[in-house]
Amino acid sequence: MSSVSLRNIVKQFGTFTAVHKANLEIPEGAFVTLLGPSGCGKTTNLRMIAGLLDPTEGEILIGGRRVNDIPIHKRNLGIVFQNYALFPHKTVAENVAFGLKYRDVPKSEVPKRVQAALDLVQLPNVGDRYPKALSGGQQQRIALARAIVIEPDVLLLDEPLSALDANLREDMRVELKRIQDQIGVTTVFVTHDQSEALAMSDQIVVMSAGRIEQVGTPEEVYNTPASEFVANFLGASNIMKGQCAAAGPDAIRVETPVFGPVDVPSAKAGGVANGPAKLVLRAEKLTLMDTSADTSGMISAPATIETVDYQGQTVRYFLRVGEHQLQAINLIDERPFPQGATVTAAFRAKDCAALPGA
Amino acid sequence: MSVEAREARQPWILLSPALTAILLLLVVPLIFILVYSFWLRTATGADIAGFHLDNWQEALTDRFYRDILLNTLKISAITTIVCALMGYPAAYFIARARGNKAILLLLLMLPFWISYIIRTMSWINILGVSGALNTFLLWTGVIGEPVQMLYNQTTVILGLVHFLLPFMVLNVFVSLDGIDTNLEDAANSLGATRWESFLQVTLPLSLPGLAAGGLLCFVLAAGTYITPLVLGGPTDAMFANLVFEAIITQLNWPLGSALSLMLLAVLGVLVMIYNRYLGMAQLMKGLG
Repeated sequence: MSSVSLRNIVKQFGTFTAVHKANLEIPEGAFVTLLGPSGCGKTTNLRMIAGLLDPTEGEILIGGRRVNDIPIHKRNLGIVFQNYALFPHKTVAENVAFGLKYRDVPKSEVPKRVQAALDLVQLPNVGDRYPKALSGGQQQRIALARAIVIEPDVLLLDEPLSALDANLREDMRVELKRIQDQIGVTTVFVTHDQSEALAMSDQIVVMSAGRIEQVGTPEEVYNTPASEFVANFLGASNIMKGQCAAAGPDAIRVETPVFGPVDVPSAKAGGVANGPAKLVLRAEKLTLMDTSADTSGMISAPATIETVDYQGQTVRYFLRVGEHQLQAINLIDERPFPQGATVTAAFRAKDCAALPGA
Repeated sequence: MSVEAREARQPWILLSPALTAILLLLVVPLIFILVYSFWLRTATGADIAGFHLDNWQEALTDRFYRDILLNTLKISAITTIVCALMGYPAAYFIARARGNKAILLLLLMLPFWISYIIRTMSWINILGVSGALNTFLLWTGVIGEPVQMLYNQTTVILGLVHFLLPFMVLNVFVSLDGIDTNLEDAANSLGATRWESFLQVTLPLSLPGLAAGGLLCFVLAAGTYITPLVLGGPTDAMFANLVFEAIITQLNWPLGSALSLMLLAVLGVLVMIYNRYLGMAQLMKGLG
């Protein structure tokens, strides 16, 4: 188990810069997720930590030791690939035992270690089968067993769940987190799926276009996005332009054309100064009500529903409020509002965040 | 007609031109050859039809034929091994090339645009007494007078390797190209060096392609008569040369038929062994 540090990492492919000056400290035993859309540089970062790519500039440290010049087979890492990458010509047990051959594990010890790893991923009886004979989810567990049986310093997971279908993905998510908790290995997880990132991580690193946009706990990145990109990438957000009129110690007042003044808690308005500012409001924090409903203590404005996107338990509305087109995701109470209805859109100031800039 | 019946019939309709050609141009002549092999040749006049085992007895018991058959198998085996050793690295390079694989494959196919006979004869211009290599060596003073480098077993093998190498490269390439590169990365991450992961993962997974390429090279080498004719000396005849000699030169069709069926049987056994252990599907993949 080891910490991982990226210091001023730059990766260029020809003239294309895949990673710009990335700095990241991953503490020992943490579960850290690199989250972003495809092409954001998250997999490039993972492959550089793994030693499958060389950084153009900067240093990578694992357990405090510079590993730039250490080849992949000496880094003692466990990697789980998106397509599992099990050796098709070897049995499950041979796959899991593969990494033990290159370590000082006594021959008599190998079957025990393999069995323990298979037990851990809850597939104790498939050792003599070939990978082909297993389902996708089972293959994924074997890939995980193969990666952790060597007791790696760091576990690297490259979109390990994306090849699974939706139900299995959620089961594996819980399973993966359980195993990581149990063995406590430092884990770097790459995904483009925000719900995986939110559910599993101690820390989320949101990346976009080769840059790290924000590093924080799931709650931090969700509730206090550091940029418009983060606000939009993690769930649906409404972003409204406004003016910061007065920055107080506890709250910052953002004047918006439609909703009037909104007092955003200072903790959620980092970097906002007098001048142009943006108000960030999550779609699920914007509540639609009958025009007759009591909105005391809330900020509200009349709205017209343009589109209704029914999702069973929840409903997503696209509505027009003055000059803005906003989204609201509400739990359904009895039945959703119909398209074209005039309603009141309301939210609480403390649920908002603010970003600097126009 | 029902949809199912139409679909069941369709493959046969599509196959029928090819099947007709194979039947008329391969199966029927093969039956003629089989029948011929039991006829008797007379010094004068027409062959005697009937069921005589004389040709077969000669072909199977004469040491001369046996020695040449063994020599043919030896030359084919050496050619196959040389093709494998030279072809595998080339195929690996193409399969792992970052650039345009299509162009590399096209370059590989380029020699097929020139007749195999011309390609074989081109060696005379290179290795012959007044060929390029002798001229160069004379000019540099390494040798005082021209050296005969042609017309021996080595030049036969050289010509065969030149002819057959692309078949080996293509087969191995197809096999390597189908191997997920993540497998090598995974092996490396688990502690194997690049060489170890090649031996543990890539090589075993590419063996079917290597075997398919090997079979093709071996069978084509064992059946050739042009290369030994052009590049071999008097003692370098291969088995197909005997068939050629018997049929074209001596006009002994019955003996030639028996000899060619003998070669067919030996190579057929090899193909059956291959099929038993590796299956024909891999060969088809390599050819496609």
